[in-house]
Formats: sequence, C-alpha cells, structure tokens
Amino acid sequence: MTTNIIIGGVGGQGILTIAGIIDMAAMQQGLFLKQSEVHGMSQRGGAVESHLRISDKEIYSALIPTGKADLILSIEPMESLRYLPFLAPNGIIVTATEPYINIPNYPEPEIILNEIRKHRHLLVDAEALARQAGNAKAFNLVMLGAASPYLGIASSVLEDAITERFISKGTDTVQMNLEAFRLGATHAKR
Amino acid sequence: MNPQLLLGAEAIALAAIDAGISGVYAYPGTPSTEITEFIQQSDVARQKGIHSAWATNEKTAYEAALGMSYAGKRTLICMKHVGLNVAADAFINSAITGVHGGMVVVVADDPSMHSSQNEQDTRVYGKFAFLPVIEPSEQQETYDAVRYAFDFSEEMQLPVLLRITTRLSHARSIVLPKAPRDENPFNPSTDKRKWILLPVNARVNYAKLLDKQKQLTAVSESSFLNKEIAGTGKKAVIAFGIAFSYVMEVRESAQLDFPVLKISHYPLPDKTIRAFTEHYDDILIVEEGYPVYEELLKGYFGNSKFHGRLDGTLPRTGELSPDILAKALGVEDGEARQAIPSVVAGRPPMLCQGCSHRDVFEELNTVFEAYPEKHLFSDIGCYTLGALPPFSAINTCVDMGASVTMAKGAADAGLHPAVAVIGDSTFTHSGMTGLLDAVNDRSPVTIIISDNSTTAMTGGQNSAGTGRLFDICKGIGVEEAHIRTIIPLKKNSEENKAILKEEMEYKGVSVIIAQRECVQTASRKRREKAKETPA
Ligand code: SF4
Repeated sequence: MTTNIIIGGVGGQGILTIAGIIDMAAMQQGLFLKQSEVHGMSQRGGAVESHLRISDKEIYSALIPTGKADLILSIEPMESLRYLPFLAPNGIIVTATEPYINIPNYPEPEIILNEIRKHRHLLVDAEALARQAGNAKAFNLVMLGAASPYLGIASSVLEDAITERFISKGTDTVQMNLEAFRLGATHAKR
Repeated sequence: MNPQLLLGAEAIALAAIDAGISGVYAYPGTPSTEITEFIQQSDVARQKGIHSAWATNEKTAYEAALGMSYAGKRTLICMKHVGLNVAADAFINSAITGVHGGMVVVVADDPSMHSSQNEQDTRVYGKFAFLPVIEPSEQQETYDAVRYAFDFSEEMQLPVLLRITTRLSHARSIVLPKAPRDENPFNPSTDKRKWILLPVNARVNYAKLLDKQKQLTAVSESSFLNKEIAGTGKKAVIAFGIAFSYVMEVRESAQLDFPVLKISHYPLPDKTIRAFTEHYDDILIVEEGYPVYEELLKGYFGNSKFHGRLDGTLPRTGELSPDILAKALGVEDGEARQAIPSVVAGRPPMLCQGCSHRDVFEELNTVFEAYPEKHLFSDIGCYTLGALPPFSAINTCVDMGASVTMAKGAADAGLHPAVAVIGDSTFTHSGMTGLLDAVNDRSPVTIIISDNSTTAMTGGQNSAGTGRLFDICKGIGVEEAHIRTIIPLKKNSEENKAILKEEMEYKGVSVIIAQRECVQTASRKRREKAKETPA
C-alpha cells in the first residue's frame, strides 16, 4: 500500500515542518518513504509544495504521478486547488480556510471554497483552532492533525514525532503543538 | 549505525564526513547549498575540525580543494551546474594534474531551471575533461556512491565527478550510514612533474590521462552502480541516474516487465551496453538533462532502434517525471485528470516585505524618470526579483558579475547613464574583476552594490566581503570621493536619490554601496541570540 500526499502552501508557512513530522513517523513505523521539497528562490512568498510518498514496499519516484494523490493537504485554500491534476478520483482535499493574500489578484474566497466543495473535502478553520491551542502560528500542526486519519500512520506515532521535533524548544512548545495537533484531529473526526 | 532521514544533498555530506574528508569547499548555489550547510552544522565535523567555510567563488573553492588533495587529505567540493563554468579552468586542468588525496567534485544540475539560468548537463563536462562520472539514482545509492568515489579517486589518482540533479538533491529518504573512516594523514605530494603544468609536463600527463580511459571503462563494466533488470519482450530501456527511478515507477505501477539497463557510472561500459542492445529491436534511452549518451549510441548517422529526447519520444527540455515516462512507454490509465480551476492565480516569489532591495529599486526608478534612456543592468540574487512588478526595474540578468561588465560595455557604446546593480556576495564572487576593467578604462558607469551582508537567495550564508566593500572598491582604484554609502530606508529616500543622481552624472567610475542587512538574516540572528541568552 502506498499513500501519496501533496502538501501545498505558501513559502514560509511551515510546509516542511509538517512533511518532516510525517517522515519521522513513517520511518518509526518501519515504512519506506520519499519526500520531494522545494528550496531556494520560490520560497520567497511563492507557491510551494512537497510530494510525500509512504509505502510498505520500496518507492522509486520522489514525484507523484498525476491523478495518484490520495490526499492534498493544504495550509492555504487557493493553493489546494493548484494541485488538483494530482488528485486521485477518490482522493480528498484537506485545507485550511484562511487565505494568504500576498498578490493583488487574489480571487474571492467564496469562489475558492465553492471549487473545493466540488471534491471530497475537509475544510478547517485552522487559525481559530491554533489560537485555541495557544499559538496562532501552530496552524500547520492543526492541519497535520486534521489530515492524520488519512495518512495510514497511528496517531501515537505522529505524536511521538511531534515531541521529537519540538523537544529542543522546551516542553511547553511540545505541549502546545500536541494540543494543536489533537484539536485538528478531533475536528476531522466530527 | 542508525537509519537517518536525509535529503540527497545531506546524504552526500554525511557520506563525505564518513569517508574521512578534511575539508569541503563551495560557493552556495541551489540545488547544491545543503551539502556544505550539513557539514557546517554537523557536530562530528566540528569535533574533527573539518574545514567548511564558504569560498568567494567556485574557482577559488576548486583550487583550494585541489590544494588540500595535494597535501594528501580527502576533500569534497560542491557547486551548482553553472558554478562549474566558473571553476572550469581549474576543473579541466585538474584532470591533467590528477589528485593525491581523494577528491570528489559534486555538481548539482537543475533541469527545468527551478532556480537557474540554463539547463546545462554536467556529464558533458565529465566527458570533456576525460574524468570518471558517477550519477546515483536515489539517496542510499548516493551515500554509498560518495564513499566509493573517494576510494576510487585515490586509486585512480583522479578527481571523481558526482552529478546529481535538483530532484535527488532536494528529496528525502531513509539512509543507512556505514562506519566512519579516519582522515588521511598529512602527506604533501612531491611529484613536481605531475603538478607543474608546463607544456613539457602537461603533454606527458595528458597522454597518461588518455591511457587511463581503458581502465576507467573497465571499472564501469563491473561497477555496482550499473545493473540489469531482467525482463521479456523486444522493447527495452536504458536508464541513466535518477531517470531509472521514473522508469521503475512506471514499470511497477503498470505491472510491465520490459528489461532495463541502469547506468550510473561513466565512461560508458561499452561491452555491457553492446551486449544489452543486441538483444532488442527497440530501445528507449532515458537521461535527465541533455541527450548526451543518446547521441553517442545513436551514432552519427542515426540508428532507428534508439528513441529518446532526440526523436521526440521524450521532451527535448525539462525535468523528467513519472508522467512523461508513462507517456513514452505507452502507458495510459484512461482516467481524465482534473484541470486547475481558472480562479487559481499565479503566486510568484517576491522580495520580502521590508527588504532593502525594495528601497533601492524604488529610488532608482524615480531617479531614472529624468532620463530618456532607462537601462538597469542587474545580476543574480534576490534582487533579480526586481524584474517583476511592481518594480519592473531591471533590463538584464545573464550570469554572476555580468551586471558590472555589461554596464561598462554599454557605456563604451555611449549609453548614459550606465547603471549596474549587484549584490555584495555576487560582487565579490565575480564583480570585482569587472570593476577593475571599468577603472582602468575610466568608463562612465555607476555600480550599485546592494549590500545586505549575506548571500540571501540561497538562504543567508556568509558573504565574503562583508564590512569591507568600501576598502575593496578603493583598493581596486575607484576614487574615494565616488564610493558613496547610503542606507536604503524610506526616511533617507530624498538624500539617497540625490546621491544616485550625482553619481550617475559623474563621468567616471562610481560605486554606491546601499547598505542594510537582509531582514531574514537579521531576524534569524536575533532568534539565535535569544536562544543563547534565555530570559
Ligand atoms: S531574503 Fe533578504 S535579500 Fe532576499 S528578498 Fe528577503 S529580505 Fe531581501
């Protein structure tokens, strides 16, 4: 079984943190993984994406073929639509609803949401949940929680990976991020 | 040894540390930057005292690496593909001198130009220099290949070129490291005929290099990096380097069993290729980059058996992907892909809010309004984004350093004002020599060094001339009165514009150093400082 995930967003939004946590958890669970990411110039406020593939057998390509993504996990609504050609027929879009507007021609948010609603989807007000967890910046962890039922990795393993990721920043930071993750996960189960 | 999650770039770095290097030499360039950064951040490397400071440019890096090898130590040198153009003189000649301590040259190519000016294929340089080239297909193989390449380099007494591409460098996977090896002892070479490239010696060395080719080919024939995947049918694939991963992806997912020959070691293993190709009527050649070996195998007069980038079976440009391979192999899964809805707007990269380059461009644009001719020669760095709206400020961007010299040439042709904008790191990389030309010719040019005290575009590495740009320009011969320093901030805008105007009008060489630190580097430094002194 291979799970193909595209993580989308805007440079600087913490996409690589999400990818890093899933990577770590997948490795702990004894799975194979390949994860392709974007470095360099495009990170300056541009659209960025990470292809992440997890499998119980060897993976060859770090790039996901079009039409084969089981999950598009996006921390910005418009960015979730940019990767639609990759979405598998039964794949799901899990996206944060708060727009990141750094271009003059950003479309009407409602039009974007309507486009997303045409597909299997889960909309998350990640910022509100992150604030509830104690740090509005932790919305990427909320999104990871919201996507957790679709990753094929046990939540406890993901939580261990989160702990490992933030432990150098102190136990408070770990707790806050775990809380954000759990709020996201609860939202997904509703 | 515990398994680790590593980018291809990091796998190279760890492998080099484990292979016992004493130094890494590099100038930052996407997609090669993370190799050196990994070594800079490695505790093991720090304890061992492995040299890892950034060099001024790829040529100085290359020559320093060669010097370390001369002293008997193992050394890694890394750059992006266009960096090899800068280091090419030293690179080609290092094949003639050969090396002493093992030396691995990593060059990261960027097909599809994700962050580059061209798509050049470093394997051409490998052939050009008659050096062995290794091109791994995935992360574990990359780790193993680097370890192997150091031994191989010492055995052959030649630099070994390791070619990777963006997609390998910037993709992460699980890597199992091997036990580390000690550094070589300090042991300078005493062989003067080898190292002094007087024609009388160079001719001898060149003949030796050509003689070694047979041996290099023999090594390729039995290399663990090349392998055959058995299969059935009359159609087969020869896949090079990372292209192998895309071919295998399609082969597995479509449950096909065509035979595949994977090649990751050059010069080409003649016998292996010949034996393989004889069996099949139809062979797809898959290479990431130029059709280097496709051309060779097709032969001058063409051979209809071979297909690939040359006959359009694969696209002539750009990065490969599983989709491209599926199409070339005739695999269609019949499902229509969803289109990107038209509401999705482009989101190009842009200069950060608060970036000093923003002020520089705004001030320049205003000053230019008074002139009938507005031509701003630019260079390579974050400020190249000044090409995009709302600034649309620059007219050229060709290669590192070209802003200074192109402005000079245009001034020689009569352009007034002839203005160049260049970053501090790019200026020391390749702008200084051009400035000397301008000084010697007393060309009427205005060079703006947009000095943010870092190499920002690649993530904020140290910049070679930080704090010394005034002295450097003075030393090159720019008159002190025409080296002006401005602070690009809104509150100084009027004063800055007046200075710009004054220097544009000056009929000689003037340099304006627009000095304000990159906001990204500055805030990173603040965060690091806060970490050191917890409240
Ligand atoms: S990284 Fe620094 S130099 Fe580059 S755009 Fe941002 S502030 Fe400007």
